[in-house]
Amino acid sequence: MGYNWNWGVFLQPTASGGDTYLGWMIHGFKTTIALSLSAWLIALALGAVVGVLRTVPNKVLSGIATAYVEVFRNIPLLVQLFLWYFVMPELLPEKLGSAFKQSNPFVQQFLSSMVCLALFTSARVAEQVRSGINSLPPGQKNAGLAMGFTLSQTYRHVLLPMAVRLIVPPLTSEFLNIFKNSAVCSTIGLLELAAQGRQLVDYTAQPYESFIAVTLAYLLINVVVMFGMRWLEARVRVPGYIGGK
Amino acid sequence: MYEFDWSSIPNALPFLWDGMMISLQITATAVIIGIVWGTLLALMRLSPIKPLSWFAAGYVNLFRAVPLVMVLLWFFLIVPHLLESLFGFPRGSDMRLGSAMAGFALFEAAYYSEIMRAGIQSVPKGQMSAASALGMTYAQGMRLVVLPQAFRNMVPLLLTQGIILFQDTSLVYVSALADFFGAAYKVGDRDGRLVELLLFAGAVYFVICFTASRIVRHYQQKLKTA
Repeated sequence: MGYNWNWGVFLQPTASGGDTYLGWMIHGFKTTIALSLSAWLIALALGAVVGVLRTVPNKVLSGIATAYVEVFRNIPLLVQLFLWYFVMPELLPEKLGSAFKQSNPFVQQFLSSMVCLALFTSARVAEQVRSGINSLPPGQKNAGLAMGFTLSQTYRHVLLPMAVRLIVPPLTSEFLNIFKNSAVCSTIGLLELAAQGRQLVDYTAQPYESFIAVTLAYLLINVVVMFGMRWLEARVRVPGYIGGK
Repeated sequence: MYEFDWSSIPNALPFLWDGMMISLQITATAVIIGIVWGTLLALMRLSPIKPLSWFAAGYVNLFRAVPLVMVLLWFFLIVPHLLESLFGFPRGSDMRLGSAMAGFALFEAAYYSEIMRAGIQSVPKGQMSAASALGMTYAQGMRLVVLPQAFRNMVPLLLTQGIILFQDTSLVYVSALADFFGAAYKVGDRDGRLVELLLFAGAVYFVICFTASRIVRHYQQKLKTA
């Protein structure tokens, strides 16, 4: 096809100077990691709360939690991202909105992306938490209540310790997804891994090298997460369940 | 406080409708090709011929490891390039829709293949043994006995994946193709009414996907009791 392969392109200084193209890639890689991990922590905390609320007997609370999950699951991630980035600052109180709009563009992009990914993923985490709690035999909750625990004590001491261990394997795929979904944030100009790859194409006209490098970087993230989660799964496995000892 | 002005939406409806048709076209093509190619991949993965099974495993794992946005960018860049050099297509012809369909179909096939693999494995082993005992070949047993049951069991999951796919079609935004979301963004940008148009787009997606997932859930319940 007459394509000139040139892997040395990564070591060339960039057009704007001061850095190599490899430096850009590493910077993008770090942004992807920082964004995904911070969003993941928020998603875990929020998802746990919403997931628990979905299973409580109080109809109002479980209704709110269900609505939350449905909203975040039925709107495309890209649309949610644009809503956070373009619409939210307009609807905030005047002062807060303009403070946001005057801040550093990177901060704006990073914050919008983080909130978006966190809430989007929290709805999925909530579903896993709910199915984890629902998968426990009903006798567990009844036994807890019969022992004189209040409902919140039953959740804290009986249901959640089991549910949390059961949902680690399904959470692995959500954790992998958040890294992949973070690539969507390149659309609002956040210079994460995919965006840097695209920028490299524009600057160097070596599309194949840059795309292969970005793909390999995502594969690397995948492999590391898989091994980490496999180690965690082995540690928290519940004896007596399928996959347990 | 922000002053809403929804007046640019009614005039833009025909344009938005055209965009929705593009979204649905991409979804339909990707679902159909994705299921067919995904089923073939699942069969390869489960086949006793090692190279086939390795190929399918490699394909599925590769596509599941990379973000859809990356795959779409790959396709917008490489498919036109390939077609130009292989078939002598005129340079610069618009192949964004074709590239998008190909990208989505090949990407989603990886996910459909995992669903179909689970479906095939959910059919009891005795079914295949019975087929063999009746004198059917492996291919006949698969086609006439195992696959129909696997499909039936997996219909809700295949449909749910279709809804996810419909949501994901909004990502063709990266190629500036005017699908429903792209059209909404363009109108909002042109009229300086991005806030209203984005909210409108979000609401439309919500109504469609929420209704569709309710229908799937209803069907799933019926399947369970049957």
